[in-house]
Amino acid sequence: MEILTQVHATNLVRWAKDKPEVLVLSGDLTAPTEAHLFRDAYPERFFSMGLTEQNMMSFAAGLAREGFVPLVHTFGVFMYRRALDQIAISIAYPSLRVRMFGFLPGVTTPGGVTHQAIDDVAVLRGLPNLTILECVDATEIESVLDAIHPLPGPVYIRMMRGESVRLFPADAPLRVGQARVLGPEGDITLLTGGVCTEEALKARTILEARGVSLRHLHVSTLKPFDDPCVLEAVLAARRGVITMENHTIVGGLGSATAELIATHGAARSLCRLGIRDQFLHGASKPYLMREYGLDARALIQQVETMLHTDLAVRDDELSAIALGPSPATAVA
Amino acid sequence: MAKPIAPELMTPWQQQTQRVAHGIRCRVLDLTIQHNGGYLSQACSSADILATLYTRVMRLGPSQGPRLPRPYPGPPGADNPAYFNGRIYNGPIAPDLDRFILSPSHYALALYATLVETGRLAPEGLGQFNQDGSSVEMIGAEHSPGIEIAGGSFGQALAQAAGIAAARKLRGETGFVYVFMSDGEFQEGQTWETLLTVAFHKVDNLRVFVDVNGQQVDGRMDKVLNLEPLQAKLEAFGMRVVRVDGHDPAVLAEAPEHSKPGQPLVVLAYTQTFRGIESLRDRGGNLHYIRFRDEAERQRYRDELRAMRARGV
Repeated sequence: MEILTQVHATNLVRWAKDKPEVLVLSGDLTAPTEAHLFRDAYPERFFSMGLTEQNMMSFAAGLAREGFVPLVHTFGVFMYRRALDQIAISIAYPSLRVRMFGFLPGVTTPGGVTHQAIDDVAVLRGLPNLTILECVDATEIESVLDAIHPLPGPVYIRMMRGESVRLFPADAPLRVGQARVLGPEGDITLLTGGVCTEEALKARTILEARGVSLRHLHVSTLKPFDDPCVLEAVLAARRGVITMENHTIVGGLGSATAELIATHGAARSLCRLGIRDQFLHGASKPYLMREYGLDARALIQQVETMLHTDLAVRDDELSAIALGPSPATAVA
Repeated sequence: MAKPIAPELMTPWQQQTQRVAHGIRCRVLDLTIQHNGGYLSQACSSADILATLYTRVMRLGPSQGPRLPRPYPGPPGADNPAYFNGRIYNGPIAPDLDRFILSPSHYALALYATLVETGRLAPEGLGQFNQDGSSVEMIGAEHSPGIEIAGGSFGQALAQAAGIAAARKLRGETGFVYVFMSDGEFQEGQTWETLLTVAFHKVDNLRVFVDVNGQQVDGRMDKVLNLEPLQAKLEAFGMRVVRVDGHDPAVLAEAPEHSKPGQPLVVLAYTQTFRGIESLRDRGGNLHYIRFRDEAERQRYRDELRAMRARGV
């Protein structure tokens, strides 16, 4: 599998070249949010805002009112926790074209409880006008800027940095409101988001070797949550639905799926894998995913429970799994 | 606090400004009596500032809004083509024209009255004040006459105005962005974040007029959470600060002349929350939102309004 580094940093410079309306604001986390190459390439379009997150959100709103498209860069927690009123009143209410790149979702940082955005989707999903996305691989990071640029309202993106695998074909860009069908058939429907998708792909390799296939969709648009493809997959789930997210199970992908099921009277059992209503602590991503049940093993165990079977998966099988080239994916 | 200027010493524009300020106080008092409550003390403290800004300081084009405000149009957004922003009452948007941002939306009634007194809004428009389904809301939002930004959550409008001003500088526009603030907003941390930012980025097309009336909901600011010395704090944050009598149009109008290139301007306009309405002077207690204690008190204010109107400026 292809691994790339600093995908956003280089992509942002290329993408913004012929877009003079695009500005970048950074809250003293310019290199850590991969905005440094933009700053160096277009210093006149870069605003250094220091540690003034509340001010930064409202200031961005003012720029957007004048027709600019500010891309705000900082860690997610410092936006939705420190500046929620500003996101709500300065940005979401007037429905301005502010793009909030919230880095370090959930377990992707060893920075501990102050840095891990475990509830951003839950907190922000209640805000009218806001679109919420999650990027996970190099393809999504490369394509998200184009995908959201036409949107007339504000967007919050759970964003990844550093090393990125390429899970999805480079020519299959992220599309707002469209899930990716990764596994077309199965009695269990699996909806995954963010870094959980890679774990789910690993688990499915093992499951398929044992004759268990899952109907698997990768969900990158968390709000609005109205993709007919997702509903269809939920309705097709004869043995139940599993959601798997790098987020608390309260208010995120799992909750949105529960709302969808209930709204359509679908009467499917739902298992929400994710952070079980607790704060994390500072540790490595593999450790946190294992410890808090966000990894391939947790998914396999859940499938075993739903199928009332023991698939006898060994630890060495799990650690030996290396994902091959991008699986055949279809963008619905 | 300076005494009111003797009429014979006033120039014609000052007399006009005084008439507007007097009209603001009368109209807000009238509405407060009618509704048995209102943000009256804010009108008393801010009337001269708003009157001077609208008649003498800001370069605004003629109102683009209907004389009678349209009803609430729904929230802003690309999916609401019927939406309008209240800034249309402050004239067209143009590179060389100024913008006006009211920050504390609790001053909305004082602003509506200002629009009436300056011919931008029909007097009958005030009849829609605080009526269900109306855009002339008590704590105004972006559809309310004269209001561009919903400023009811304090400290956010300054930062948004700073963004607007920075955007205008990027485009090379010559107009200024005027912001009206209240002193209570300087208790908000966001305000100081923004001051730090506009000083650093030299957003010198930003001009802030502050109604320093020394009052907040719980009472006198020096008893709730003291802010003074405000001028020294602002200067330490890199602002160009002018401190004036907020009831003297001459010094208010002259304040922007003290601007310095590269520095945002803050005009600290020291005011009184009972200015122009004697009954308020003796009221004491909570001046944030005036409710009459009984019919007798309400009648006393009616009598004073009658006297104010008879007296003129």
